[in-house]
Amino acid sequence: MSEDKYVPESKLAQWFDSRLPLLTLSHHLRGYPTPKNLNYWWTFGGILTFFLIVQIVTGIILAMHYVAHVDLAFNSIEHIMRNVNYGWLIRYVHANGSSMFFLAVYIHIFRGLYYGSHKPPREMIWITGLIIYLLMMATAFMGYTLPWGQMSFWAATVVSNLFGAIPLIGENITAWLWGGYSLDNPTLNRFYSLHYLFPFLIFALVILHIWALHVPGNNNPIGIDVKKNSKETMSFHPYMVMKDLLAMLVFILIFFGFVFYAPNFLGHPDNYIPANPLVTPEHIVPEWYLLPFYAILRAIPSKLGGVIFMFASIFILILLPWLDSSKVRSAAFRPLYKKFYWVLVAMVILLGYLGAKPPEGIYVILARIATTYYFIHFLIILPVLGRYEKTDPLPTSIFDPVLDEPNIVDKFKKTAGEYEGEKVDTFK
Amino acid sequence: MSNEIKSKRRDFLFTATYTIGAVGVGAAIWPLVDQMNPDSSVKALSTTEVDVSSVEPGKTITVLWRGKPIFIRRRTKSEIDEAAAVNLKDLKDPEKDSDRAKNPEWLVMVGVCTHLGCVPLGDRGDYKAWFCPCHGSHYDTSGRIRKGPAPTNLEIPKYEFVDNKTIKIG
Repeated sequence: MSEDKYVPESKLAQWFDSRLPLLTLSHHLRGYPTPKNLNYWWTFGGILTFFLIVQIVTGIILAMHYVAHVDLAFNSIEHIMRNVNYGWLIRYVHANGSSMFFLAVYIHIFRGLYYGSHKPPREMIWITGLIIYLLMMATAFMGYTLPWGQMSFWAATVVSNLFGAIPLIGENITAWLWGGYSLDNPTLNRFYSLHYLFPFLIFALVILHIWALHVPGNNNPIGIDVKKNSKETMSFHPYMVMKDLLAMLVFILIFFGFVFYAPNFLGHPDNYIPANPLVTPEHIVPEWYLLPFYAILRAIPSKLGGVIFMFASIFILILLPWLDSSKVRSAAFRPLYKKFYWVLVAMVILLGYLGAKPPEGIYVILARIATTYYFIHFLIILPVLGRYEKTDPLPTSIFDPVLDEPNIVDKFKKTAGEYEGEKVDTFK
Repeated sequence: MSNEIKSKRRDFLFTATYTIGAVGVGAAIWPLVDQMNPDSSVKALSTTEVDVSSVEPGKTITVLWRGKPIFIRRRTKSEIDEAAAVNLKDLKDPEKDSDRAKNPEWLVMVGVCTHLGCVPLGDRGDYKAWFCPCHGSHYDTSGRIRKGPAPTNLEIPKYEFVDNKTIKIG
């Protein structure tokens, strides 16, 4: 946090700020010192905030036209698509927006894993982030149910039945979730209610997430502590804001590429068939962003076991700051961790691929191998690496890796000297 | 001495207040939780009568009961023999076929996979009976789980023959 005491210029602003210090808050946010070496992987926080707002705005608009009733929901979606002015655009933005939201959150999470952003003193940033991620999955899942197409219905049936695996009280819990003996109108209504609520909970948690971030400040690609308000940092506005905006623009280009040219690419055609409780589609798959967990669920040849491992694969991440005990944050200085990191990325992508495949033959075997590796990575490899890995020496300043490059200072002096028309030797 | 008594009395008052408070909060929350359980109108739809006179041997009809599909299959002789001949030791969830089908010709089951609730497809899978496409569970001609992740056999609902051609489910 910037230490200087902020006093607004005008009397009116002073009057206001001394009663409700919003201007001080804004001053703090603008001047928030960010490390100068943040790369483009650090722009996804801003991109995620943008998508949260897009989803809330388009969602509120869709709610003006959507009807949460089993007989009307499907047709109200078609009504939005065909009759409502720009309804097609708003719905496609909302549907593809959720996919982009998850794409950005996965990049954001894996950036944290690579650079050790989950490590002390940033554990609470990591944990609030994971809670946001869990809420995102719940919100997306319930939102996917609302069109009441075949995929909506059966995805919701399968997921709510996960809770049926709990011994003794499982059936009572599913009946409670459904409000009946199967997925039906009461279920659709409560999912709609909660789908509307959860984004605002996410919004509140985002505030906590950023608050927790502003206590220690940003991690950075080198992973060493920077001195705040020194030459190593610069103010968030306008420097990081501009960088964030550029990255956001590129991301928005990709986003609207989907919206305008392939709006249904990430969806499933079966969801354009109205829900039918008598027929399960031949091949049901969740949305792409849940596929790795779905693959883990199916890899375990037991109902309760599959459910336990699936939830464990997410909750294990909460323990990550303590499992990954290496004192060095950034993978740049951890030669072994860097390799295992990319194996983990490959395994998660493989799990995602397998989750979309039918549960038979080689796919099941591969899913079991990848699931086993996933847990070994977190429970064995990380603690062992933390103890035995020989890390590279850490620089003392985030400038060192730049300044250590041979002759860089001379090169700079030469170029600058030519530009200024001065002799290299005399240029300071 | 008197201070000690005072503090003990105060501790008691605090504990009692917390306890009553917790009970009160619990009582206030319960209606908010219980409202999500199946309501009276859902519970009221508890029985369905089905006319099965037009079902040929080897055919299955599917009817809806409590929002769930019910398979009513008129089994062929070979299917009945196959189901009866299975060694109970080979079963994950051992159950005799004669316990599952009171009248061996008619098999009445909830058509919901006991794994995660998909509707199995008929005449499919390793046992030429039911196969769940979602996660690959195979059921035999008696609806018993033989292979795959489902933990138990397809559920048999409460049902009875009202007369020769009518089954009452529920």
